[in-house]
Amino acid sequence: MSTFAPSEPAASSGWARTWAGRRRWPLVSIAGGVLAAGLVLLPLVFLIDQALQPSWGEIERLLLRHKTAVLLWNTVRLAFACTILCAAIGVAAAWCVERTTLPGRRWWAVALVLPLGIPDFVVGFGWVSLEPGLHGYLAAVLIMTLSLYPLVYLPVAAALGGIDPALEEVGRSLGLDPWRAFWRVTLRQIAPAVLGGCLLVTLGLLAEYGAFEIVQYQTFTVAIFTEFNLGFDTAAACALSLVLVLLSVAVLGGELALSGRGRSLRSGAGARRPAPRVSLGRWKAPALVGLIALSGLGLGVPIGSLVYWLVRGGSTTLPPASILTDTWHTAELSAAAAALATALAVPVTALAVRHRNRVTLLIERLAYLPQALPGLVIALGLVSFSVRYALPLYQSSLELIVAYAILFLPLAVVGVRSAMAQTSSSLEEAGRSLGRRPVVVWWRVTLPLLAPGLGAAFALVFISAATELTATLLLHPTGVNTLATQFWAYTSGFSYGAAAPYAALMVAISAVPAYLLSRRMLTLARMGQR
Amino acid sequence: MPKRKTLAALSLLILLAAATALTACGGTSSSSSDSTNTITLYNGQHEQTTAKLVAGFEKQTQIKVKVRSDDEDVLGNQILQEGSSSPADVFYTENTPVLEDLQEKGLLAPIAASTLAAVPAKYSSPQGDWVGVSARVSVLVYNTSQIKPSELPSSILELAQPKWKGKVGFAPSETDFQPLVTAITKLDGVAAAEKWLKGLQANSMVYPDNETVVAQVNNGESTVGIINHYYWYRLRDEVGTSGMHSALHYYAPHDPGYLLNVSGAAVLKSSSKQAAAQKFVAFIVSKAGQEILAHSHSYEYPIGSGVLTAQPLKPFDQLQLAPVTIADLGNGHAPLELEQKLGLL
Repeated sequence: MSTFAPSEPAASSGWARTWAGRRRWPLVSIAGGVLAAGLVLLPLVFLIDQALQPSWGEIERLLLRHKTAVLLWNTVRLAFACTILCAAIGVAAAWCVERTTLPGRRWWAVALVLPLGIPDFVVGFGWVSLEPGLHGYLAAVLIMTLSLYPLVYLPVAAALGGIDPALEEVGRSLGLDPWRAFWRVTLRQIAPAVLGGCLLVTLGLLAEYGAFEIVQYQTFTVAIFTEFNLGFDTAAACALSLVLVLLSVAVLGGELALSGRGRSLRSGAGARRPAPRVSLGRWKAPALVGLIALSGLGLGVPIGSLVYWLVRGGSTTLPPASILTDTWHTAELSAAAAALATALAVPVTALAVRHRNRVTLLIERLAYLPQALPGLVIALGLVSFSVRYALPLYQSSLELIVAYAILFLPLAVVGVRSAMAQTSSSLEEAGRSLGRRPVVVWWRVTLPLLAPGLGAAFALVFISAATELTATLLLHPTGVNTLATQFWAYTSGFSYGAAAPYAALMVAISAVPAYLLSRRMLTLARMGQR
Repeated sequence: MPKRKTLAALSLLILLAAATALTACGGTSSSSSDSTNTITLYNGQHEQTTAKLVAGFEKQTQIKVKVRSDDEDVLGNQILQEGSSSPADVFYTENTPVLEDLQEKGLLAPIAASTLAAVPAKYSSPQGDWVGVSARVSVLVYNTSQIKPSELPSSILELAQPKWKGKVGFAPSETDFQPLVTAITKLDGVAAAEKWLKGLQANSMVYPDNETVVAQVNNGESTVGIINHYYWYRLRDEVGTSGMHSALHYYAPHDPGYLLNVSGAAVLKSSSKQAAAQKFVAFIVSKAGQEILAHSHSYEYPIGSGVLTAQPLKPFDQLQLAPVTIADLGNGHAPLELEQKLGLL
């Protein structure tokens, strides 16, 4: 199939032999990439510094026991099963929404993203109310898959919106049936998005505490949190977190080997043309039933529990007026973090895709690491850094935004990556050869091509930041509350009825970027049809 | 060109969001923090109760209190990282081991003698760097439709027997659980504690927190659960009496399970507002502060200035507690290591 994934003439050789104006861009990219890498390294340096402190005896005591093996095995098999399921569900759902004439596509485009915006606690409460006996491996697989598949769905939907249908048509003209054409052509074109999404799910589950909170399924993170919570031993907790770093290095290497060297370039030099939508025919009903079941379980159960609290909770009152301020804080912090993370992801992916070499690849791989670390490690790393070197910034909005950007940089990178792989630098070169300055070319050629990916990145980070709790509690400016912190304050005191409006608003503001994104992708498709 | 317009609009939107957030941080980055009339409280206690204490204190003293709430263990870790730069002036917790740990590391300032005197000495730090504020008692919650009161154990140690298999819920990762292990170790020896933990491990469902334990006993997923009394009262506030299918059971007098857990407060050594911080701690153990606790829906027992709870709890002087002291509880590392050795955590 190498014809469908033409390998670009070695990108690195392009550095030297291009126009004088071009050089400036790699420089900007390099600066951006180095900044991103530096930010990711901040918590990592803290982690390693702390991890070197406890004695070997302590680490040995914690690591060389039977429980560690059990916890690691629990973690690995959960990550494995969930990743495969998320990949299947995410790709199938994205294909239905982006490439078929399925009824209610606009609605689905938003609803399928929302499970990401629901706090673990609400999900857990919904399931426990529905089925108190739900726990163990299969329960964890089911529930984690239902909350994490949007990490695959969103990048894949963006990638499907941006692929060049010409390659599929070539496949079909060579005699492939639609299914084979999807399997052998389309899937290869969206592979960076699928693999990226899977990477987020796998790495995320390594550091996931939600499985324990929701269905009492213990993973390795439980051991780390024990050291933090009961031992007040940050050093030992960090030493244990290094195990997660090692696991994620293996995962990141594996993904690199899988993704290979192929690039999903567009075939022609023409303007973007939307892929034609397929009529589902007799598969329409099963597809709809599947999506309804998916949303019913992933969205319906938790929202059902919110409604139950509002109706039945003894603490239900009219929310205080401050809920509006809290919503505004959440929205602006999340938007700023999403903008920053997306902006950092562009140079990181541009370097890794266009100027692939050991250093740029290392920067890109490094950018994924925060996904595999407990948020508490990253947040404490920032506490430790800022009290030493940037005290005026400590517990400021800016620091919190930077913390979010570090935590969710992996999501942004995955969002942008496949869009970057889909753009051909030959279009930019054409722009420059017509005498346009690089800035203009970037603004008028590159940015529109990247737009679906940037939108996906922005939405992923925004939604994740809007529900983030751990780093928010450590780093928020005293007196500035978010929906997540208020929700936590009420639920930790059993005031579920009073907490419910905060969770409902979290879901509601998560719908905004999802809605804008779906609007934008549909608009793009319409424009292309003219 | 509609394409460019949409794009320009999108970029503008993002820039706008970034700009407002950045201006916001100029506005919110605590310009008033240097004022001597404002202190910062790191709060690991029930937030609504703390808010009432703070309101009472601000009214009485004109000193403003900025509150940061989080789990006490996270706040403890945060204070350790902050070291001498900590913005915190006062630290208020649900349990004592985290305060003991900070005291051992020399991060706390001595509490004023008059403040310590307001609370019976046995509820405060023997070294005097933190003071006890309120207390709650360890009990067994049971599902009333699954088990009769006469079948309930008189000792927490019985929960390790085979007849309780599959019936016990508990949360070993909560700070409330370690003191029980310490108490059994103290009263019956480390071998008994180890045996008990092993039996409990075979019999029980492990839940992430005490809120889940009481909720799961209430809905019948577990028959009995190891909790502190106030979780049950708080659940009842939320679901109403009609939603309660559980009740509390007290162990036999002086059983190691019949344990008092104390909540405490401390002033940080790094605080530059020692006087105001000491005033706050003095207030919460004073009659006025303890009255606020006595009427609050946190359902804790006040322990200072002779104030009694106004809530319909078992009267404090009727509790027949295990003979375990604060000093015995220490920083909680020993029971933790035992639990880890047995693979509970």
